[in-house]
Amino acid sequence: MTARIGVVTFPGSLDDRDTQRAIRLAGAEPVALWHKDKDLHQVDAVVLCGGFSYGDYLRAGAIARFSPVMEPLLEQAKAGLPVLGICNGFQILTEAHLLPGTMLRNDHLHFICRDQKLRVENAETAWTTDYSAGQEIHIPLKNNDGQYVADAYTLDKLEAEGRVAFRYLDFNPNGSQRDIAGITNEAGNVVGLMPHPEHAVEPLIGSGRTDGLPFFTSILKKLVNA
Amino acid sequence: MSRTPLDTVEHAAATPDVELPWAELGLKKDEYERVVEILGRRPTGAELAMYSVMWSEHCSYKSSKVHLRQFGEKAPQSDALLVGIGENAGVVDVGQGYAVTFKVESHNHPSYVEPYQGAATGVGGIVRDIIAMGARPVAVVDPLRFGAADHPDTKRVLPGVVAGIGGYGNCLGLPNIGGEVVFDACYQGNPLVNAGAIGVMRHEDIHLAKASGAGNKVILYGARTGGDGIGGASILASETFDDAKPSKRPAVQVGDPFQEKLLIECTLEAFQEKLVVGIQDLGAAGLSCATSELASNGSGGMRVTLDDVPLRDSTLSPEEILMSESQERMCAVVEPEKVDRFLEICDKWDVIATVIGEVTDGDRLEIYWHGGKIVDVDPRTVAHDGPVYERPYARPSWQDELQADDANKLPRPTSGAELKDQVLKLVASPNQASKSWITSQYDHFVQGNTVLAQPEDSGMIRIDEESGLGVAIATDGNGRYAKLDPYTGAQLALAEAYRNVATTGAKPLAVSDCLNFGSPEDPAVMWQFAEAIRGLADACQQLGTPVTGGNVSLYNQTGEAAIHPTPVVAVLGVIDDVARRTPVAFQEEGQLLYLLGDTREEFGGSAWSQVIHDHLGGLPPKVDLERERLLGEILISASRDGMIDSAHDLSDGGLIQAVVESALLGGKGARLIVPDGLDAFTLLFSESAGRAVVAVPRSEEVRFNDMCGARGLPATRIGVVDGDTVELQGEFEVPLTDLRTAHEGTIPALLA
Amino acid sequence: MARVVVDVMLKPEILDPQGQAVQRALPRLGFDGISDVRQGKRFELEVDGPVDEAALARIHDLAESFLANTVIEDFTVKVEEVAEAAK
Repeated sequence: MTARIGVVTFPGSLDDRDTQRAIRLAGAEPVALWHKDKDLHQVDAVVLCGGFSYGDYLRAGAIARFSPVMEPLLEQAKAGLPVLGICNGFQILTEAHLLPGTMLRNDHLHFICRDQKLRVENAETAWTTDYSAGQEIHIPLKNNDGQYVADAYTLDKLEAEGRVAFRYLDFNPNGSQRDIAGITNEAGNVVGLMPHPEHAVEPLIGSGRTDGLPFFTSILKKLVNA
Repeated sequence: MSRTPLDTVEHAAATPDVELPWAELGLKKDEYERVVEILGRRPTGAELAMYSVMWSEHCSYKSSKVHLRQFGEKAPQSDALLVGIGENAGVVDVGQGYAVTFKVESHNHPSYVEPYQGAATGVGGIVRDIIAMGARPVAVVDPLRFGAADHPDTKRVLPGVVAGIGGYGNCLGLPNIGGEVVFDACYQGNPLVNAGAIGVMRHEDIHLAKASGAGNKVILYGARTGGDGIGGASILASETFDDAKPSKRPAVQVGDPFQEKLLIECTLEAFQEKLVVGIQDLGAAGLSCATSELASNGSGGMRVTLDDVPLRDSTLSPEEILMSESQERMCAVVEPEKVDRFLEICDKWDVIATVIGEVTDGDRLEIYWHGGKIVDVDPRTVAHDGPVYERPYARPSWQDELQADDANKLPRPTSGAELKDQVLKLVASPNQASKSWITSQYDHFVQGNTVLAQPEDSGMIRIDEESGLGVAIATDGNGRYAKLDPYTGAQLALAEAYRNVATTGAKPLAVSDCLNFGSPEDPAVMWQFAEAIRGLADACQQLGTPVTGGNVSLYNQTGEAAIHPTPVVAVLGVIDDVARRTPVAFQEEGQLLYLLGDTREEFGGSAWSQVIHDHLGGLPPKVDLERERLLGEILISASRDGMIDSAHDLSDGGLIQAVVESALLGGKGARLIVPDGLDAFTLLFSESAGRAVVAVPRSEEVRFNDMCGARGLPATRIGVVDGDTVELQGEFEVPLTDLRTAHEGTIPALLA
Repeated sequence: MARVVVDVMLKPEILDPQGQAVQRALPRLGFDGISDVRQGKRFELEVDGPVDEAALARIHDLAESFLANTVIEDFTVKVEEVAEAAK
């Protein structure tokens, strides 16, 4: 058996097909979910992919967060359903308060697209077990609103609980506090990050590296072994 | 509100003496008289609006048409061409059942007025052209030209344009994979913002802009219609109505990339379900253009009820609705029994869609408003029978003097130290400097198929995941060359784009162009234009790459000062397996560097003459198209057979520019030697065409040399990939870190 | 010290995609009866010294040349009395 991983398409989602491809390449079965869906079609995990849902108008993720599909998603995520939010997906997860903090506009005020070096800080979440803690990886980053901010208490708490999942290395591309690139919830089933692992799954394509594939093999192993 | 009677066809016939503001709408007296002659009566206000906008330079190509015909007349035989000039965009067969459509267009003036929105809506427009062919857009490219890099207005225009392109393209999910950024004082006040897009479809999915089948419905979908870009029509409105004062009309159109993204998805879904008979995007001239072109390209006529057009501004007059250029709208022709499903798909994507008319079995385009018929025309007379001008042209008096001012006579560096100093100046000059500050604001990863993106020689996109089939695109244009000799300059633009595509391992197939020039009313400019087209058409014929479509932008001038003639040429190529692509970056130390082609003392219009001497004069490099073709074949074979690991085309800046770029991208240096028969200066800075530098693994040297020898392509060993410096033996050595600082520091320092 | 508020809004005839997206989301969230939403920017300028006519004229220039893009935006300048910490 393999795992069925849902990928939600909101109006303005961009990386839905790419994420499905990454899931397929990892050996799992991608399932397309639509923002108006009222249930999750019994998927084993969900990815909220990148893009500009609703044009990122108002605030990134602010309108998508109220889509019908988010109701069952919120409920099941709290019960342990693995959820990965990439870029706009991360922004939606923070708007939905599944993850703490929020994203502001990049400190330099420009969209930035680059192959970004990261350190895996937490290799025990549902989405990171195929990495080792401290591993350095390159993952493409592309966003306009990627500056992670939270209050000092929250940041300290995240650090203390090992919930900073990824940190920018060498260069902080957007002014994120404490170089935070991605975080996890307490249970480790919900992970959000700004860089795009689904764009680093094939040699030759994009950055030409496959450093992002372990996200999808991690979750597959977890689900299949469960 | 007391309105004068609606200016219906009936009313127009009954009131032949009413004066219409044809001059204010940009029509010449004889053009207006032709409209009257065609109709056999005075036009209604709405008809006048349609004719005036469709007969404008922008829509009718009235000044350029007589010259553009050469692209058809001289078109080479090409099996690859599926749809040629005249549709929204040309379509090329790339094999395995795939067809690719691509086009470059200008959005120059709007981008000067409001850089962000002008550039953004430029991207939106070209992408809709691609969708209208039935294709999924897969990439965009942006050839840009600005005034002097240190001019204060460049600091206003460039960041806005770049943010606009990024803001729109990124939000659409289209990787930006290529283009150029060029600075020259001649573009001050007239920046060139050209935008290109590529789309992919299966052969059977090609769609055309035609309305066929009486009874089929005409559906307008996308954004509501507002008073955008209607300029002149407001005059008409104010003259047609007494006191229904038109509301203020926006001077600038705002793009909504989110709306466009929805438009793409819902259009593609409708294509997939085969719901669409004909389709047209709404760009310049809006509904006037869409309805008249759809109707004139189809078999019947069309009847449209303007009252059904969803409006953003309820005060719009019918003339304004016809002329509105509101963005993010499309028009589809759909069989009646499929209309419900079409509307359902639009609803799924939250796109407003409305049936506004139907195809008739007559041959007239009839448009109704408040029950009255306000347009009754033969649509061909609007869309295709516009005026054609044989504008006078003459070689400018200054051309001889310019060509006589030979750049080869400029003082040259006399020592290794001076050479090194000039190399550093060159690679740091705004035109030669790294543009990563700009291109990093564009998403080049999205869609997960980008194989190569700028600063590679051409952008490359995989289109089939199984087979690895891919397409490559490069855009080039050198206004300095074209100023010195427009015929040769246009050919050099093609040669460079062709070479760039071949350098990455793809076979060049077809051409699109964006021809940016000054005022056609100036005989000198018209001569430049005529020469450039003649040159480009001749070269396309010889290289076997047909022009599939493109765009002409005239009046790029302020007062008497026209821009350099700037034909921007895009070449599309195909590669059987993207795994065989050749990158620019040096891959491995120890690989041998070969210079392919002949290097002559050619410095006219060169980057060296500009950077070191601020000079423009003499003749541009010679063009040898047979050599370009041979070079291309060698590069493609070498890539396919694994004989080279990196390659870089030689163009502005010459060999040293290419070597420095390959070295910095690969993080590996090079040791160069001056080959027999050349001097160090010429080796480094000459801009002779038909050349490339390649890195050959030692194990492949014999095979590679044999191939070049057998085919008669000069291949000269000029060094080796090695170390962390760029060294010219016996002359100078520069650390990569110094080169990087020079090359990468310039643009951020000017613009960030 | 006084506060001057500059409100910058897209001109009424200019399309506002952001406001439109918000407006369209409202019914889904159960907010009915709102026919249009337009989004703008508010700048709060803390001014040293008196806000006299000359100062306002300067702020007007600032708004016109810098804060607003008058090709597509309108702006208004108004003085807001700050509840000053009583001395």
